[in-house]
Amino acid sequence: MTLAQATTTEAEPMRIGEYLLGHLRTYGLLFALIAIMIFFQISTSGTLLRPVNITNLLLQNSYIIIMALGMLIVIVSGNIDLSVGSVMGFVGALAAVMIVQLDVPYLLAIVICLVVGGLIGAAQGYWVAYWKIPSFIVTLAGMLVFRGLSLLLLEGQSVGPFPREFQALANGFVADVFPAGIGQTFAAMFGARQVNVLALGVGIIAAVAIVWSGLRARARNRAYGVVDEPRAFFIARNVIVVGAIVFIMFKLSTFRGLPNVLITMGVLTMIYAFLTERTVLGRRVYALGGNQKAAKLSGIKTERLTFLAFVNMGVLAAAAGLVFAARLNTATPKAGFALELDVIAAVFIGGASMSGGVGTIVGAVVGAFLMGVLNNGMSIMGIGIDYQQMIKGLVLLAAVIFDVYNKSKQG
Amino acid sequence: MSALLEMRSITKTFPGVKALDEVSLTVREGEIHALVGENGAGKSTLMKVLSGVYPAGSYEGEIHYSGGLAEFRNIADSEKRGIIIIHQELALVPLLSIAENLFLGNEQASRGVINWHGTFRRTEELLHKVGLREAPTTLVGKLGVGKQQLVEIAKALSKEVRLLILDEPTAALSESDSQALLDLLLELKAQGVTSIIISHKLNEVRRVADSVTVIRDGATVSSMDARTQEITEDAIVRDMVGRDMAHRYPARRRVAKDVLFEVQNWNVWHPEQSDRQVIKSANLKVCAGEVVGIAGLMGSGRTELAMSIFGRSYGQNISGSARIKGQEVDVSRVDRAIDAGLAYVTEDRKSLGLILEEPISRNVSLAHLQGVSQNGILNDNLETEVAERYRKAMNIRTPSVFQKVMNLSGGNQQKVVLSKWLFAEPGVLILDEPTRGIDVGAKFEIYGIINELSAMGKGVLMISSEMPELLGMCDRIYVMNEGALVGELTAEEASQERIMSLIVTE
Ligand SMILES: Nc1ncnc2c1ncn2[C@@H]1O[C@H](COP(=O)(O)OP(=O)(O)OP(=O)(O)O)[C@@H](O)[C@H]1O
Ligand SMILES: [Mg+2]
Repeated sequence: MTLAQATTTEAEPMRIGEYLLGHLRTYGLLFALIAIMIFFQISTSGTLLRPVNITNLLLQNSYIIIMALGMLIVIVSGNIDLSVGSVMGFVGALAAVMIVQLDVPYLLAIVICLVVGGLIGAAQGYWVAYWKIPSFIVTLAGMLVFRGLSLLLLEGQSVGPFPREFQALANGFVADVFPAGIGQTFAAMFGARQVNVLALGVGIIAAVAIVWSGLRARARNRAYGVVDEPRAFFIARNVIVVGAIVFIMFKLSTFRGLPNVLITMGVLTMIYAFLTERTVLGRRVYALGGNQKAAKLSGIKTERLTFLAFVNMGVLAAAAGLVFAARLNTATPKAGFALELDVIAAVFIGGASMSGGVGTIVGAVVGAFLMGVLNNGMSIMGIGIDYQQMIKGLVLLAAVIFDVYNKSKQG
Repeated sequence: MSALLEMRSITKTFPGVKALDEVSLTVREGEIHALVGENGAGKSTLMKVLSGVYPAGSYEGEIHYSGGLAEFRNIADSEKRGIIIIHQELALVPLLSIAENLFLGNEQASRGVINWHGTFRRTEELLHKVGLREAPTTLVGKLGVGKQQLVEIAKALSKEVRLLILDEPTAALSESDSQALLDLLLELKAQGVTSIIISHKLNEVRRVADSVTVIRDGATVSSMDARTQEITEDAIVRDMVGRDMAHRYPARRRVAKDVLFEVQNWNVWHPEQSDRQVIKSANLKVCAGEVVGIAGLMGSGRTELAMSIFGRSYGQNISGSARIKGQEVDVSRVDRAIDAGLAYVTEDRKSLGLILEEPISRNVSLAHLQGVSQNGILNDNLETEVAERYRKAMNIRTPSVFQKVMNLSGGNQQKVVLSKWLFAEPGVLILDEPTRGIDVGAKFEIYGIINELSAMGKGVLMISSEMPELLGMCDRIYVMNEGALVGELTAEEASQERIMSLIVTE
């Protein structure tokens, strides 16, 4: 065996091709998202990227993304959770009953709901982790049970409306902390009606942070001689990501500013990305999904970890249920129906593997957005729900086929 | 006799790795040809090229087979021409019977309906041929590795084999099973079957091979022909590692100290059959700085003993006490056993030792993540450094520590498992077949590491089916038979004969 010299001596274009081939999955997803956005931007004659629609898009997909974070961990650990849609609906119903009918203070109700979500996750995780009952079956049962429970709880009726403070969970916006004068100056500069300086500022800070951490990782890789991303790619990728973030945040800032859920989503995404990539706990989940026996023989408490993955999923499903109820301003018995499929699809589109051990938070979030843009774009175009379903199904299939093909290619 | 197979200037590259660099191999009709070389030299890769696992076009060079240029697009192609490969990792379905496995993908059927009568009759014939006395309906999972290997060969024979390729067939076999297998190869040769055998056990190579090809770093170093010259192990070793090796075992300085690790009255019952006792009141001790061996036949309960001690990873109703430095320790869970200072290097690296989809670095740190993190937050730089350190110390052949373990050669995977447990800094290491599938040079390195560990005052408990290895390395050897430790020999007393007689007399 000799190390091929190709990596150091051959011409740059060759390297880029080789690199792209090796990382087709990561870029493929990003390119697909961009391509789909451009397509809808054109075919909806600009409606897709209107500030109001971007805001809508974020609000509409927030609960999917929140659940995708938990689902990614469940799937990476080698399991699946089919009950999240029902649990989400059930928790929304619970919140409605408590707040609207029983006059429980909304903050207390939120806490109770999150705890209940955790308990539901624990109840399901217990059977999966300690009794080794396949998660597919346990959560299939859970799906039916909680769907029934929501019906029971709401007595088949819709319950609402919620107090304003609770609604703000989903529909509120963060007030601009900067003096109005600055915003007006910017607005004049960009020819917009108004500019929310906070939103724009957060966008710029996020962009800078992404570039900075990217540069740091790159420097580190270089120091360890890792075959890393060609410079052209690094720059192109960062320009696209930064451009997209600043663009979207600018658009938001010309509308009503930062939606509360965007903050929730952003913070949760960062927390979970950190948890999965940078902590011992996260590493152990990947090991568990990669080879349960080897993980166990390495001293990892595989049962407890599986259990915790489900508890976490339960809490996030509850959080999503609260956001969903707040957004619709009412809890309906049908809430969350079949939503688990969108969540699971998002995670697989994001590159997770059915057999566990593979997948990223960022991938899952991008996957969720991809589904979201598809939904949103097709709705604006007036495509019927029948075709929408078919198209989404085909996209999921294509993404997974692409994965498998890619893997066989790398050998 | 003419050449049946000629592989000319075969070059095969993987991303970042040139696994084969203009390798040539000539195999004569009707001979047993041994292919030897260090871990990662490219032996398995060469055979995968030959058998169509890597299809024509994915490598450079030419294969001439049976008088014509051969371009196999897949395994089915090469099988049609009588080339059958038995891979380093067995590919049988444990939940199917022997008969079903033998004819998997080649079912004896008419119009889609399986002819069971014919299947069983053919199976019996084939089993008779390979000398395996088992019913065709026996589930493969119930057989030991040795017998599974024979099933693989029977499967090959069911397919009109002309050229049989065996990739390390005896690595997981006991001495007697290996002998039986080699005898079978000689018998097949008498019937006109040509074979290529890859092995790290050079005494076997010398015994059966008519010619030997040595490859090193992806290139052919030498070819020896038993008809024209005498093939000696020393000559093979020299070509393999590129230098003379005077000794197979590094010198050991014996330092007997206080008792470090002690297991008393250890009883274990079978995990499924609760009335079957697998380990019967075993007592053993390991002193600081001591290397203690456990000898025994396959299935004598050595692995079961080790795994039951290591966090009750095997069996049920386990009773007995474990002490470290005289203090009773809790080894009832793997993490507790690790905390107590134990490490267990499994014999089954693929399914119990490694996460194949993950890179070397993450495998090395897995059993000791505290060592690469602060407050639960991983330090990637440190992790990479650690992996680099072990890559150098253990001489793991790989372009980088970010390579997926899946892409390493078998021997290098073994080194990764060892690295993982060395990094956990245990006081007592239980090594289960630590040199399985490892080349002579690397074995010497691993023995050196074992000696270093013992010089540091650690205790080493070594399970091995290679008796010379136990005799060469251990200060004391326990002999195990049918779940009981039936004897104990010091290095001076021990010999192959005495160990065997202890096993037999019980
Ligand atoms: N799919 C792959 N991707 C990348 N590298 C690979 C792949 N398969 C093999 N290699 C590399 O090619 C080299 C040769 O591997 P090979 O498995 O042929 O070695 P080997 O001679 O059979 O060794 P061993 O005695 O340890 O089994 C090794 O360095 C290995 O890491
Ligand atoms: Mg090999």
